[in-house]
Amino acid sequence: MIDKIRHTMDEAMAAVFPGATVMVGGFGPSGSPVQLLEALRRHGAGDLTLISNNAGVGDDGIGSLLRDGLVRRIVCTYPRSSGSVWFEKLYAAGAIELEVVPQGTFIERMRAAGTGIGGFFTPTGYGTKLAEGKETRVIDGRGYVFEKPLPADVALVKALAADRWGNLTYRSAGRNFNTSMAMAAKVTIAEVEQTAPLGGLSPSLIATPGIYVTHVVPQEAALDETA
Amino acid sequence: MKPLEPRSMAARVALDIPEGAYVNLGIGLPVQVAAHVPEGREVIYHSENGIIGMGPAPAPEDLDPDLVDASKRHVTLVQGGAYCDSAESFGLMRGGHLDIAVLGAFQVSQGGDLANWATDDEVYPPAVGGAMDLAIGARQVFVLMRHTSRDGSPKILERCTYPLTGSGVVTRIYTDLAVLEVTPSGLAVIELHPGNTLDEVQALTGCRLIAPPFAATPRVRGDEC
Repeated sequence: MIDKIRHTMDEAMAAVFPGATVMVGGFGPSGSPVQLLEALRRHGAGDLTLISNNAGVGDDGIGSLLRDGLVRRIVCTYPRSSGSVWFEKLYAAGAIELEVVPQGTFIERMRAAGTGIGGFFTPTGYGTKLAEGKETRVIDGRGYVFEKPLPADVALVKALAADRWGNLTYRSAGRNFNTSMAMAAKVTIAEVEQTAPLGGLSPSLIATPGIYVTHVVPQEAALDETA
Repeated sequence: MKPLEPRSMAARVALDIPEGAYVNLGIGLPVQVAAHVPEGREVIYHSENGIIGMGPAPAPEDLDPDLVDASKRHVTLVQGGAYCDSAESFGLMRGGHLDIAVLGAFQVSQGGDLANWATDDEVYPPAVGGAMDLAIGARQVFVLMRHTSRDGSPKILERCTYPLTGSGVVTRIYTDLAVLEVTPSGLAVIELHPGNTLDEVQALTGCRLIAPPFAATPRVRGDEC
């Protein structure tokens, strides 16, 4: 019987090794795998490359990984949210590598990685300093920049509900980066608020089919560990 | 000189948002445009994180933790609204499906180049977010900004000195002094706000302005919505 549901956060986190590239879903608090990030911090694997839209706020989540010195490099679109104190400290000290990517290119590079596309030409960034050093081409009179796929070893995503096959549904705008990240990583770990019996999720509402998902960790697993 | 208050600047842009338009409002003053669109005019707001049909802030009891805008503030979905993931949200920008983006700017050039993501200050880490995708994707880009910077230096220039967000992307500039249209022959003044003369506005602009009436056809990418 297929059963991807894990009973502790740490069990799933064994997939993260020192030097791994880890995607983290979520747009600010929306669709953010907060408890998986805490489990990742406890897990302690360092020298990580993080791929995330933002660079953490305060001492929680990504901020805690930065504070604990676990991150060598971050690929993101907007590392300057108010409260990104740990990132700012490390950046000012030259203690972290940063790759800034326009948000549409960021997500499309992950989608490309997850769907077997070897790269794509996008008009975003053409003629700007984010295109420097990249191949460009004029197609039908418009300038484009070549962008490569962005894969990862592990993706940490957050969904509303899952079944034991790893099918995921999301609440409102919680999908954001999670769906493409789940496709782009070798191992995808999903934090979920609820579990449903097989057949209990509406098939047309499953935004991430279980084929992309390796481990499902219900949020109560985190509560069990702290109990 | 009589500069408009920020509120009135936002209200002026709102007049030019037509019924049925799909619109993305940038962080800061552009967000205020929605409040001034005349009642009864249906405009659909897009948010980069995957909302098509974004509504105002919720009552505290209706707060949805996953429903936030580009500034990560809690919002609502209007009747008829839909969600998508980030890949589709940015695909619809690049694909030319968004009618209007209203954006703030540090600088705009006479050719419609936009600089709104980075200054030349290297102390701060660069942060681009969705700005470049919006700039090249939306069929019309309206810039909403003060005519000059705080120290009085022009923000509308022959060439931008700050790093570009997009090249030749701006279609209109709404400032506290005037409304300007980017045309093939340069920046045309299509409106001076009351109390300001063309000479005064020209003196605060870093490139030549074309005075009304002018013959050039307004430049619009795609169909006018």
